[in-house]
Amino acid sequence: MFLSFVEKTKLPVFVVVFLFFAGSEGIAEDRGDAFVVGSISDARTLLPIIASDSASQDVCSMIFNGLVKYDKNLDLVGDLAQSWEVKEGGLVLVFHLRRNVSWQDGRPFTAKDVEFTYRQLINPSVRTPYSGDFERIKTLEALDDYTIRVTYKELFAPALSSWGMFIIPKHILEKQDLNSSTFQRKPVGTGPYVFKKWKSQNYIELLSSNTYFEKVPFISRYITRVIPDESTMFLELETEGLDAAGISALQYKRQTDTDFFKKKYYKFRLPSFSYLYLGYNLERGLFKDRRVREALNYAVNKQELIDMVLLGYGSIANGPFVPQSWAYDAQFPPAAFNQAKARSLLNDAGWKDDNFDGILEKDAVSFEFSILTNQGNEERIKAAQIIQKRLKEVGVRVKIKVVEWSVFLTEIINKRDFDAVLLGWSLSRDPDNFDIWHSSKIKPGEFNFIGYRNKEVDELLVQARKTFDQEKRKNCYFKINKLIYRDQPCMFLYVADNLFVVHKRFRNIEPGPSGIWHNFIYWWVPNVEQKYRSKSAIVP
Amino acid sequence: MLTYIARRLAGSIPIILGITMISFAIIHLVPGKPTSAESALNPKVSLQVRERIEKLYGLDKPIHVQYLEWTRRLLKLDFGRSFSDGRPVIEKITERLPVTVGINVLSMFFIFIVAIPLGVKSARSSGSWFDTSATFFVFLFFAAPTFWVALLLMQLFCITLGWLPISGITSLDFEYFTFSQKVIDIVRHLALPVFVSCITGLAAVSRYMRTSMREALQQPYIYTARAKGLPERTVLYKHAFRNAILPIITILGLSIPGLIGGSVIFESIFALPGIGRLFYEAVMMRDYPLIMAEVVLGALLTMAGNLIADIGYAYVDPRIRYAKKVS
Amino acid sequence: MNKLLLVGIAIIGFLSAAAILAPFISPYEPSLIDSASLLMPPSYAHPLGTDGLGRDLLSRIIYGARISLGIGIIAVGISLCIGVIAGSVAGYFGGLADSIIMRSADIMLCFPTFFLILATVAVLEPSIINIMVIIGLTSWMGIARLIRSEILSLREREFIQAAKAIGASHYGIICRHLLPNALGPVFVNATLGIAGAILLESALSFLGLGVQPPVPSWGNILIESKATLGVAWWITLFPGLAIFVTILGFNFIAEGLRKHWGYNA
Repeated sequence: MFLSFVEKTKLPVFVVVFLFFAGSEGIAEDRGDAFVVGSISDARTLLPIIASDSASQDVCSMIFNGLVKYDKNLDLVGDLAQSWEVKEGGLVLVFHLRRNVSWQDGRPFTAKDVEFTYRQLINPSVRTPYSGDFERIKTLEALDDYTIRVTYKELFAPALSSWGMFIIPKHILEKQDLNSSTFQRKPVGTGPYVFKKWKSQNYIELLSSNTYFEKVPFISRYITRVIPDESTMFLELETEGLDAAGISALQYKRQTDTDFFKKKYYKFRLPSFSYLYLGYNLERGLFKDRRVREALNYAVNKQELIDMVLLGYGSIANGPFVPQSWAYDAQFPPAAFNQAKARSLLNDAGWKDDNFDGILEKDAVSFEFSILTNQGNEERIKAAQIIQKRLKEVGVRVKIKVVEWSVFLTEIINKRDFDAVLLGWSLSRDPDNFDIWHSSKIKPGEFNFIGYRNKEVDELLVQARKTFDQEKRKNCYFKINKLIYRDQPCMFLYVADNLFVVHKRFRNIEPGPSGIWHNFIYWWVPNVEQKYRSKSAIVP
Repeated sequence: MLTYIARRLAGSIPIILGITMISFAIIHLVPGKPTSAESALNPKVSLQVRERIEKLYGLDKPIHVQYLEWTRRLLKLDFGRSFSDGRPVIEKITERLPVTVGINVLSMFFIFIVAIPLGVKSARSSGSWFDTSATFFVFLFFAAPTFWVALLLMQLFCITLGWLPISGITSLDFEYFTFSQKVIDIVRHLALPVFVSCITGLAAVSRYMRTSMREALQQPYIYTARAKGLPERTVLYKHAFRNAILPIITILGLSIPGLIGGSVIFESIFALPGIGRLFYEAVMMRDYPLIMAEVVLGALLTMAGNLIADIGYAYVDPRIRYAKKVS
Repeated sequence: MNKLLLVGIAIIGFLSAAAILAPFISPYEPSLIDSASLLMPPSYAHPLGTDGLGRDLLSRIIYGARISLGIGIIAVGISLCIGVIAGSVAGYFGGLADSIIMRSADIMLCFPTFFLILATVAVLEPSIINIMVIIGLTSWMGIARLIRSEILSLREREFIQAAKAIGASHYGIICRHLLPNALGPVFVNATLGIAGAILLESALSFLGLGVQPPVPSWGNILIESKATLGVAWWITLFPGLAIFVTILGFNFIAEGLRKHWGYNA
């Protein structure tokens, strides 16, 4: 659930690697060098319980730890917790914490810190966006310095994964106002890297911690450089100014086939944990008829979208789950592109072109609506234009409106003042998606803003989050997928791939279902290939 | 002159207050409320956090109350804290100022240094080969998209020739450098941004210079001066130039507030931590305290620029006698 | 008529004709998406190549001329009218009129343009006409200051004193004697202003405040081209050239007019 938390959100799960990795080279694993990663945007804060953007989370994940984390194969394993017990059928979780962990200022890490973190998460005056999962906790007690007992109000399947939330130090933050604390720019964690320096909109530098409980990382500096422009980012790669960076589909396809690139960089293509969809405002008369929504789905060619917008680097979405999730039903086929069927469904629903203007009418009203999307996302704007063209072919006139994000969110989504929105959901690793689809989540500011109501789906969503049995949950999610796809409350479009490159001087990269970052502290660079001066943090 | 300046300064206080009042009203009335700039929705990140922000920052109070509170704080030189990360606004602005002001001062300096002689020479040899090609090139640079010029130059100087670094303001091993290495490092990083902002800014100054110089050269006193047998240099720079420089002073005045301005595209391309992106993001996220601080700063500089221009007029052209006219 | 003026009029006339006749002369529909021809370099079928959605760039530039030239001419027209009137009244009469006009210009200048536009668009819908008007209404201050400073200096000259002495009206003095002598900066401002307005529109489209897709403008073609620059130079080059040719054309007209009037005076 908080998966996007524990891991590098920009480069999640599942790996399709084009190049083979030489296994362990069996030689000495040298220390030193720096890893320089390019980021489109600067972090906002390094206080993890407040940080909601991926740039901040990426840096935080190098400095902090949660109680649990996802391993290479996307299984939950202990991080700050050595082990845990699930009791009373899942209502109670008992975490046994590691005893040899210290904060980067030398103070020991204890259960008090976990308790403190929890108190802050549910404190209404702290600006955290993550309170939701922790408000389901009835009590949380520290049984002793290294044991935490969490009791939930009711069974909550994503509970365990929610403890991937990074733990913050009580002894530093106790007397501070978290919203304005200087800790936000000068964090102290338990993780493999120690904060060194943050130059706003420029770079953030971390140094390896020589007291990290798992092991001291081989690479001694971890630097995130902010390069807001993707063309510049690419030029930086061409001069080896960056060791890792996300690249665009076009760059991936057309600009990385050079000898230089093949020699210097590994290319990665990993499906993302998000999908793009066209959500209808189900309160509007136009979209009340299911046949109409089905027709629209038949009228749009999803593969064409992928080919044109993503240059093929993506897959068709077949419902509200993404292929890397265990809740994904690989057997469930999305509807094929079929404009004849679309036309006949629209006809059945009473939409006919009575005045021969190429646009369908019903009761003298033409079929037209506007697609809203947010400014700053070229992919969505392109996709909107392709959808517009396809829908016109079946007699539906679409207008496109691109709106600033702030206006989009507060004026359009929250007030539900739209016909259809083109948006993406980025999902957590736990498939629980109660907040998106349950009919109780329709109030302003909540996520079921398209207004989807289906009793059966409601029940299944509740059922799925009340059991820890993955097979049972999977069953529920498969059913949910079928029901939602049949209802077509939105048109599911595609799951895009994340494309990025990593410099080849780094050894021991082990791609797995969770991506490549799970063993970052074991990456190393042979002495002769090291490029930057190295330095380690001196931790008391 | 001094009383004039004093009066102008005193007169600008109500103007600046008026500006802040209107700006305050505008940002609160424009659709959209403070939000995070992330443009992907993550259902685990609740939207309700905004309501918390609204309470925390008193956004639920009536707007005139908020404005009074803001001005009260402003009088104590407290610009408040940014909504996005709770940092003092003044700190966020000052950490960005050196880069922006540095680049703008440098490029303004070079623009005037190059554009004025360019304009004068064009005017003198109006219609010549030199004039035609100058016209052609300054317009070409003006019309060429900044991002394109920047990327082409990066390709040339950073990749093909390998002389300059591509982006940023310092190298990653900067702190290990000696002082002279540091200076060289910064110069190498700033060379391209300053150059690009110069060539795209040449057009305005050189064209105004050329036009007014040509006009000045057609005045009878120039014929007189030439007839007197004065050297061409003296005629050009002493007689014609002083009469032709009025528009340049206006442009100079108008570009003073630009010293703290920056273009988002320009800063993004060169990955510079400047004011342009800060302001852009503040507006996009409706970070009210930050927007207001920038408006105040901009207004102060605009006022200063206008004052400098007005004084400049009186200085270069004694026929414009301000103090008397205004009183 | 002189050569410069003719060339200028020919260029602008050609572009305007292309804009007006767009539906007849453009080879394709400007928003015709073609998945088979993404990012094609210039060829016989597509003389200027295609963009990221396979649309014909030539057609988009021809249609884009409607919006971009329109915005350039109308926005600059509005800002010139306001700026010239405000600047000459302020400069000629001085005193209270000067104070009021120049202080309001100062106030307008103090707001970031971006900000004024945001506010106006919030009140009015972002339609093409509105954008033209908004850009015009928010960009007259510079020209007003330029004109004023010229007039301040001119009005003390002998020929103005002479005109006053023979009893010429204020209107006559401003229009017949002062303005023609202050036209230089006006023309420069207009030429540069047209390109400025065209580019400002692109920034607005980028923010979702300008013309909405799929309607093409030179500005939004340019903005879109940034992402594909690494492999498709033509999408950046041609709209950039169009803007360049436009300012060059207007510059020729301005120069030509000045020569024309210069000889007549």
